Amino acid sequence: MTNATDIERRPWAGANREYDIVKEFVIAMVVVTALTLGLAFAFGSPDDKNLTLQSWAAASPGDLVATAAQELAGTSGVAGYGPPYNNTPDVSQSIGPINLQELAGVRIPIDTATDFVIRPLEQMPANAATTDAINAWKGATPDQQAKWAGDYADAIDAADGDYTKVAAGDYGPVPVLTGSLLAAAEGGALDGVLLTQGRVYSTDYTLPLLFLADGTYLEDQARAQHLGGDQWGMTNETGSYPGQSWLWLYTFWYQIEPFASSDNADAWVWGLMMVLTVGLMLLPFIPGLRSIPRWIPVHRLIWRDYYKTHAVVKR
Amino acid sequence: MHALSVLQGDLNQPAHYLTVGPVQISLGNLAVIIIMIILFILAITLPFPKGKDRS
Amino acid sequence: MTADLDATPASPADPPPGTHAAESSSTWTGGLLNRWQRTLPPEKLLPDKQPEYVASWIYVFGVATLAALLVIVASGLILTLRGPAWWHQSDPGHYVNSVHLWSVELFFMFMVVHLWGKFWMAAWRGRRAMTWITGVVCFLASVGTAFTGYVIQTNFDAQWIATQAKDGLNSVGIGAWFNVLDVGQMLLFHVAMLPLVLGAIVIWHVLLVRRHGVVPPIDVALYEEETS
Repeated sequence: MTNATDIERRPWAGANREYDIVKEFVIAMVVVTALTLGLAFAFGSPDDKNLTLQSWAAASPGDLVATAAQELAGTSGVAGYGPPYNNTPDVSQSIGPINLQELAGVRIPIDTATDFVIRPLEQMPANAATTDAINAWKGATPDQQAKWAGDYADAIDAADGDYTKVAAGDYGPVPVLTGSLLAAAEGGALDGVLLTQGRVYSTDYTLPLLFLADGTYLEDQARAQHLGGDQWGMTNETGSYPGQSWLWLYTFWYQIEPFASSDNADAWVWGLMMVLTVGLMLLPFIPGLRSIPRWIPVHRLIWRDYYKTHAVVKR
Repeated sequence: MHALSVLQGDLNQPAHYLTVGPVQISLGNLAVIIIMIILFILAITLPFPKGKDRS
Repeated sequence: MTADLDATPASPADPPPGTHAAESSSTWTGGLLNRWQRTLPPEKLLPDKQPEYVASWIYVFGVATLAALLVIVASGLILTLRGPAWWHQSDPGHYVNSVHLWSVELFFMFMVVHLWGKFWMAAWRGRRAMTWITGVVCFLASVGTAFTGYVIQTNFDAQWIATQAKDGLNSVGIGAWFNVLDVGQMLLFHVAMLPLVLGAIVIWHVLLVRRHGVVPPIDVALYEEETS
């Protein structure tokens, strides 16, 4: 008895039609190129200017100062991130018992106080006040440092982000350190110093971008354009341009529970998407799913001419 | 108006979003998806030219 | 199918009639040559006929995807001529960037329509599972390559995407090695590593289609007599 599988496996032994593969390819190239050139001409592409530490300082100086205080206090996003930046305990994400974030280890080590504040200040020409502040900071114990910076960050928060109206208190050298950092940002020097870290060539923007992302300025700009994680932002683009709609399923999970409020959301979503992706790859071997095309016969439309012009073979 | 500026090619305006339950989609992305669905439906329904036999 | 002139069936190790037989199939080269001629002879690589059932517009979306990919590569190569900051400063540069963006949008649109078509045709039948699998891997590799492109735009969008994406990648340990905030690393991945990887998988996918032919209709056994 003829098995459909045998005919499907073997080279086609039935009737053929003329086919010009070269012509098909050339036509495809011409049409797609013309379409692309036309769309590009009609709609262009977005290019919202990048933020700089300088533009941050101008737009939200209080936010920059507060962020710098948090970096000194060890309470910023990066400070409490865990691997790959540091070894903060109990903050990394896991999928059940599996913690890949910890397994990867600290491969991009960042000491937030040193890398974001102290070293940049040391690498720039400093006035006496800043030098004294740096020395005072370095001479203090870690507990004292955390108290000064933590209290200052809290005080800025209590003053609604206005660092100029902070209540009196013992903040040690922190106000001078953060004030100097702000001045460096306002003048434009901090962008360069944080990027190059004293070397000439650098294409690694880890430090400036992490510092920027620890504040609220970057996120505020992003959310204003619907680019936030809970706004389906992954699929969106600046302006009215189409974005990355192919990421729809990846970002979908972040919009619903239990992922929306989970601390392990990133790891779980990655795990889930890996499983679904392997499922899609191995679809030919999954009973049920691989039969959907048979149950919902869209193929009868695609091959309607073939089915119509051929009679069922009597066996 | 925004719609006119988009048709005139200016996509640097803030986007508009359609919200249905947990789904929020930009009109740009919605247009792309609708076009894809239309292309698929047309592809499987439009008649294909009869070719020459090469049995 | 052209009938063999020789009545005795050819052994699987011999090259097809009309092709060059390697001097000795005991050499690696000869073995490779024979295998190539057996699996992908010229008439399979550049066919001038195809089965009668390949008669639907859905079949153009594979080559359309390929065409879009070539426009992506061409526009990308032009962007490399003047470096990653060129398009911010020059109108022709901005236009080439626009071509690169829209060819990517078309690429994904055509690829997904192609995927929908192949699903509803159950195109993995008849030992074509690898064609399906390589196709899915092409999709994944494309998403990854596009992602590295987005983070090297050196503008606001790139800053936001990179600082967000790091969280997903860090949460599963990948971020420790694949640092999306390192523009240099991302640039090299985008223009060198990933196009080569994606290109290789695309070529593999297309060669598999050429080798196995376009999948016959579902229930083809009801309509065709099987040849022995």
